[in-house]
Amino acid sequence: MAKELDDLLKQTSEWLRGVGPVSEIVMSSRLRLARNFDKLPFATRSTKVSQAEVLRIAKEGILQAPSMGTPLIFEMAELDEVDRLFLVERHLISREHASRPDHRAVAIGKGEVISIMINEEDHLRVQVMQSGLNLHEAWTLIDTLDDELSEAVPFAYSTDWGYLTCCLTNTGTGLRASVMVHLPALVITKQINKVLHAITKLGLTARGLYGEGTEASGNFFQISNQVSLGRTEEELVENIERILKQVIGHEQSAREGLLAHNRVQLEDRIWRAYGILRHAQTMSSNETLDLLSALRLGVDLGIMTNGSAPGRTPLDRSTVNELLIFSQPAHLQKVEGAKLSAQERDTKRAALIRQRLGVRD
Amino acid sequence: MVCDACKQQQATVHLTEIVNDEMTELHLCEACANQKGAQVESHFGLSDLLGGLAEVGKTQEPEEEVAAKACPSCGMTYEDFRKVGRLGCAECYTTFKRNLATLLKRIHGSPHHLGKSPGRLVKPPKAKLELTELKKRLERAIEMEEFEEAAHLRDQIRELEHQDRTKKKSGE
Repeated sequence: MAKELDDLLKQTSEWLRGVGPVSEIVMSSRLRLARNFDKLPFATRSTKVSQAEVLRIAKEGILQAPSMGTPLIFEMAELDEVDRLFLVERHLISREHASRPDHRAVAIGKGEVISIMINEEDHLRVQVMQSGLNLHEAWTLIDTLDDELSEAVPFAYSTDWGYLTCCLTNTGTGLRASVMVHLPALVITKQINKVLHAITKLGLTARGLYGEGTEASGNFFQISNQVSLGRTEEELVENIERILKQVIGHEQSAREGLLAHNRVQLEDRIWRAYGILRHAQTMSSNETLDLLSALRLGVDLGIMTNGSAPGRTPLDRSTVNELLIFSQPAHLQKVEGAKLSAQERDTKRAALIRQRLGVRD
Repeated sequence: MVCDACKQQQATVHLTEIVNDEMTELHLCEACANQKGAQVESHFGLSDLLGGLAEVGKTQEPEEEVAAKACPSCGMTYEDFRKVGRLGCAECYTTFKRNLATLLKRIHGSPHHLGKSPGRLVKPPKAKLELTELKKRLERAIEMEEFEEAAHLRDQIRELEHQDRTKKKSGE
């Protein structure tokens, strides 16, 4: 089982490819559906027996769903802490799922586009994640998968209130749409608070790359809907996409403004980040995120590409995206094949970045 | 720190929600926090404050009866739900129906599901579905006092019903 997990390390998740609509600003689009099986208690009232039953039924249903192809299924209790964190860093499971492994599992589809957490807060947390602003396509995929799963097992559902979930904040569609956006220019021009404030007024919420703390590191924000009832899934998706397009528009004009009025300072900031990343010998995860954010902006604005030395392959977006994930603690330890202390990780992280940016030791 | 609501007073009330490691923060001055208490909670869907919010879902029934009412399927009482902010099973939704309706409306702005249903195969034909959906929306628009939208929806419903009748007639 651990070998199959190690294989994930060799592949690039679909959402990291840095393609898709508006991928210069939008990293990924993610949809998740909360589903519970009828007649079985929710997590708050579950017993070992009921959890085992949920796991059994879920696996059966997942293996029958054509959309899943041949999924990888990992039981959390069979993975060690680093492996579980590795799945968190790839956005395949939640931190909550990794923290209490008993009777919990995850099923992962091809290209890591689909993942299904079993026995999280709800019996099933079905997720589809894609590169760029791609919510409509993600909806088509997850809608079909949901139909396939519901054919195998009846879900808890009421005609008045829709899909019944453990927490009332998910009742109804059980749908949460999250879009990960990179908004460095809005941060530099100090407009970000205004924009985020407006977002919350429109029923959306913004948080950081991995959700811990509102302080988003590296100018990456996850924007998602709060409401799941009283709207159709299409309306929810449409609403978040419409608002996001405006946010994207603001980021674009902030970028244009910086290029027009502060080009030298902007280029200086980006090339300094590149310089540190290429030569530093030790690097914390927070510093890495900040510098990679600058580097990504450089790539997106064509500054890095134009400035590349002749003969050197220009830096592309997917390299930066991959570095964002591979510089995370569990990925570093998986690559190294050993447990590392925080200090060792900082050294390995700097080495990995130097190597991937094309500088040999 | 200045109050997020009035932007004048010093913020002394700090609300933090952590759900699956997703954190939301809100900073308010005392006056705004008191005044906007309930609104704030529903606006952010602070599920960890649901226990407190559950107080709002009061009905005519005597307090003790509501608190002690237990779900016949999983045994969860409304008092338990107040403490943990999470339900015990699907049946809880029926057991605490009246209280939950108020809560759902506060959290989502509407207590009616308009989304998909499981088992596509047994879905009613599209026109019927549209009509049911439009009627639900009309109800919602009236509840929210969106009268312009309500009038528009009423016209759409009339139109659909008219089409339906014409179809039936021509079918005969």
